[in-house]
Amino acid sequence: MFKKLLICCSIIFIYSLNFYKANSIEPDIFVQSTVNRASSTLSKENTKDERIAELKKIALDTVDIKGIGFYSLGSHRKTLSDEKKKEYSEAFKNYFLNSFSSRLAEYSNPVIEVNSKEKINENYTIVSSTLAATEKRPAIKIDWRIYTKNPDKPLIRDLIIEGLSLARTQKEEFNSIIQSANGDVDVLIKNLKEF
Amino acid sequence: MIRKFAIIVITTLALTMNSYAGSDGELLLKKNDPSNVKDCFEGLNRATFAFNQSLDGLLFEPVARAYRVLPSPVRTGFSNSLSNLSNLVTIPNNILQGDFKSAGVNSGRFVVNTTVGILGLFDVAENIGFSKNEKEDYGQSLGAAGVGPGCYLVLPVLGPSTVRDTAGSIVNLLGGDPWYNVSVKNDTRYFNESDYYISRGAAGIDFRAKNIEAFDNLEENAIDFYASVKSLYLQDRKQKIFNSKGVINAMDDSDWEEIENK
Repeated sequence: MFKKLLICCSIIFIYSLNFYKANSIEPDIFVQSTVNRASSTLSKENTKDERIAELKKIALDTVDIKGIGFYSLGSHRKTLSDEKKKEYSEAFKNYFLNSFSSRLAEYSNPVIEVNSKEKINENYTIVSSTLAATEKRPAIKIDWRIYTKNPDKPLIRDLIIEGLSLARTQKEEFNSIIQSANGDVDVLIKNLKEF
Repeated sequence: MIRKFAIIVITTLALTMNSYAGSDGELLLKKNDPSNVKDCFEGLNRATFAFNQSLDGLLFEPVARAYRVLPSPVRTGFSNSLSNLSNLVTIPNNILQGDFKSAGVNSGRFVVNTTVGILGLFDVAENIGFSKNEKEDYGQSLGAAGVGPGCYLVLPVLGPSTVRDTAGSIVNLLGGDPWYNVSVKNDTRYFNESDYYISRGAAGIDFRAKNIEAFDNLEENAIDFYASVKSLYLQDRKQKIFNSKGVINAMDDSDWEEIENK
């Protein structure tokens, strides 16, 4: 009886492992599908406002906005109360969505090809891709830092364009604003709300 | 002239070797990390940045937009030619950094493209197996030798720099740039001073024209544009010193780990 139960449990365990694996999304496939979603939106003949609304939806599904927000705050996040963190997160989310969608809405049908991926550790994989050249500019290398702690729901945490990290740039920009205000994070929050 | 240049090269090599002996990769990474570079003259830098912005709006951007009207093959030819000229600074720096293979490839590229490629207008060398390498300069060589960047600087017209990179640029004027030597400083029999300054200006316009949208986008979406440009410049220099166009900046970052532990 006990032996039978053990066999049943083992089968269920192995099955559940396979099921778990089958549901995990490979980071490179995730990036390609995200790019395809954005391209499809940008190639549609809709108004700029409609494009922006769709791009915001894609960002909410695929980007770890909260994580990027706290990363951008650097060491200043350690000094914030929970209430202040909540206020900052909300302001950052709105700023990020407005900035992200207005940046992309100007492009028409960008062609991005995913080339390879490199797993850094259990939590991060870097996916390498190339934005195809146009008449006006050369090809651009874009690396995507994908947060894979939950393999079923990978999330974008950073874009590294020709070796330059956007998250890092934002972190240093925010630090500059806070330092200019003698460490007052409220000044940054005010700037984010006004953006 | 050759004697002066030889003295500079030997002095730099000696400095390089001493610095290699005393530095390791981790220390180099730390020294060049953008967050560790002090903005000692921030007030002055911001004022110069604002001046450069105005100059860009009045002169460089309109010229870059006009330049973009030229047919693509013409712009590619100009760009190739300017890139070919930059090999004259890249090759000695390949040697200073001990990268003799790249020095050989770049020398081959320069000879082939200057002759068969008609003064560098056509990148013939690429088609015969001399693939294009990253540009190198004296600031990068000093950085690779372990010299820290010093304070961040914004130079009038020339833009972002550091004390180390500015010193590196001065080496060009002291004999380190053969193009400067034959056009401005010494043997000016075949070239005029204006050839040098036109080539430098053209390189700036070519760079600006390739990045019009990227600059506009960055400016439009930045809350503090000065801080964004500073961060991008320092990240770029760091990756150029380490010759790693990859994820080096983003990988060595404990902040990401702290976030996920919460």
